[in-house]
Amino acid sequence: MWPFDAARGHRFFGGGLLSADQAIELKQDPGGQTAAPIRVRAKPGWRAIDFAELWRYRELLWILGSRDVKVRYKQTALGILWAIIPPLFTTLIFNAIFVLLKVTPQTLSNGFPYVLFAFTAQVPWQLFANSLSQSSNSLVGSQHLVTKVYFPRLVIPIASLFSAVVDFLICSAILAGIMAWYRESIELGWPLITLPFFTLLAICASLAVGLWMSALNVQYRDVRYVVPIVAQLWMYASPVVYSSVNIPEKWRPLYAVNPMASVAEGFRWALLGKNHPAPGPMLLVSLVSVAALLIGGLFYFKRMEKTFADLA
Amino acid sequence: MTDIAIQAEGLGKLYRIGRARRTNTLRDTITQTIAGPFRRNRNPLAPADDETFWALKDVSFEVKRGEVMGIIGRNGAGKSTLLKILSRITEPTEGEARIYGRVGSLLEVGTGFHPELTGRENVFLNGAILGMKRGEIARKFDEIVAFSEIEKFIDTPVKHYSSGMYMRLAFAVAAHLEPEILIVDEVLAVGDAEFQKKCMGKMREVGSQSRTVLFVSHNMAAVQTLCDRVVMLMAGHLAEDGHPEHVVGRYLATAAGRGGEIVWPSDQAPSAAGFKLFAIRTRAADGRAGGTYSTRLDLIIEMEFETATVSKGLCVGFDLVSAQGATVFRTYQNDQAPEFWPPIQPGRNRLSCVVPAGLLNGGVYLISPRVSVHHVEWMVQLESVLQFELVLDHGLSPLWNSQSDRNRPGVMAPILRWTRA
Repeated sequence: MWPFDAARGHRFFGGGLLSADQAIELKQDPGGQTAAPIRVRAKPGWRAIDFAELWRYRELLWILGSRDVKVRYKQTALGILWAIIPPLFTTLIFNAIFVLLKVTPQTLSNGFPYVLFAFTAQVPWQLFANSLSQSSNSLVGSQHLVTKVYFPRLVIPIASLFSAVVDFLICSAILAGIMAWYRESIELGWPLITLPFFTLLAICASLAVGLWMSALNVQYRDVRYVVPIVAQLWMYASPVVYSSVNIPEKWRPLYAVNPMASVAEGFRWALLGKNHPAPGPMLLVSLVSVAALLIGGLFYFKRMEKTFADLA
Repeated sequence: MTDIAIQAEGLGKLYRIGRARRTNTLRDTITQTIAGPFRRNRNPLAPADDETFWALKDVSFEVKRGEVMGIIGRNGAGKSTLLKILSRITEPTEGEARIYGRVGSLLEVGTGFHPELTGRENVFLNGAILGMKRGEIARKFDEIVAFSEIEKFIDTPVKHYSSGMYMRLAFAVAAHLEPEILIVDEVLAVGDAEFQKKCMGKMREVGSQSRTVLFVSHNMAAVQTLCDRVVMLMAGHLAEDGHPEHVVGRYLATAAGRGGEIVWPSDQAPSAAGFKLFAIRTRAADGRAGGTYSTRLDLIIEMEFETATVSKGLCVGFDLVSAQGATVFRTYQNDQAPEFWPPIQPGRNRLSCVVPAGLLNGGVYLISPRVSVHHVEWMVQLESVLQFELVLDHGLSPLWNSQSDRNRPGVMAPILRWTRA
């Protein structure tokens, strides 16, 4: 019983007073509210998200995220190569298939070399797919934390995005190499500056879906098996291995409800330049759809949050 | 600022058991949703015919700033649920608790430790999870490492640590936590004695006077010596609240079997891995049972159990605990040289242990059975299941018993040999 003194009469934690900086720290610490009490009670189902609290826990967010990054490729022989193998192989396999089927590059990839064209969209796609699968399993994978310590549960799915972002950065380097190889087909222009925006859109889209999935996963472990299937279908529903030029004009708005359609087209527009059409009005539809998914996901997550510790 | 640290009002926690407790599959919900319209008033997520139970009900109390409050109760009395509610891990179903100050809860040692990360990385990770600031951890880092005594291995992944090293590092982080309200579950009562002593010293050294502590323990000696106040939970209700000696006394009185024996019905017998404990009986050497014995006669303690296989390391025994909660001794059937071990056969066995006359002091004692496979696993570890009383009556000297004080001071009252040196 180490925290306690065996001899009665001796106050256990007596002794040193708090030093000045420790006293300040107490006020700033996560969850530390010296003035107003923390009220612990049954909260209504739908409630607002406490972003201020989330911000106080930013260090935990960072440390959990970087833990995932550090651990991700530990004890693998190929290490971070695993970040680039999936997108590269998918691209090469589809390239082989389309070569065998004798599909003309014009209909398939807007006239761009297929490897360049497909890999440009594979990079944000992998970001989305990795984030989705990791955030979906994040809560269930962190049961040992959820049942033992308090912190805003939102930290968990958000932190799970970190390693996908790191993979994305590694893939981006490869993409830069491929772009350098095919530099004749590319004409970079001002759309390049929109790249961070499309990256953010991909992250928001995966977080939005991930929030739903991770919260559902706590109650229904089926989600673990559903997510890979969903991800696979989703890839075909997005212009990743083909061009959205193949989608009839009148279906485009519906097509763009899938935010990854705009992300993939946006990446190509920003990176391939000349001759590649801008996502245009599709983007608007995608933005609305991401916003709806994300806000809904946040509220659903918040609603289910209180049951996590009991169900996990 | 108020002088109250925690104020709990009517806390209750309802759990569903049975169907809804196991993880639902989507299929269940889908079939129920489809069947829903045909059964009225049914919410597919909360089937009404589920069995529910209140893990905690109507629990109200106040803890003053700087108070050390112990929480005792049998397994399943709601102690852990209460700690989880106060730590904000789970929400109460009803009632409210107001907590004034920064809470640090230690329901487990080494929460979030990752085997692939080094000791150094895990210190930061675990510290952050326990609510410490990065700067705070960095400042205390050298101290934490020195404290854990594993300097040499701090940059080794913890998966290569021995369990002792792992525990020491985890304890070291926990010992440097400085919340205003500390909530401690009894899992912390592990680790080697030497190191525990060190942790105690550390907490005393760095803590502030106004620290409030809530802790759950089965160790009645610790509870009595350390707490200003003790609450006892019984089946989710607050059964006692008051002075440690009084509450511990009540606990021991309600906890233990009397009449000299405890016999479990076969379906409730404490069991694990092919082992089942059926009964513990006490009797005097002259055969009389009943629960009150004289120290003039040997005391026989008998354990009846069933074992499917006989492992070489099977240890069957018990802790003898005084009414004050101190463990007087622990004994196993195989403490002697192997040739004197009583044989154990597959199936039913009855072993008896002789506690010699003229050894123990008068008073109330409790038996906590301990069964394990040596160095492999614990099979039975129950607290204070059987109670008996000894009357001090073995003094041979005319001067032994004065009228005013029947019991000798001390846990034991042995008669030792004195000679002229």
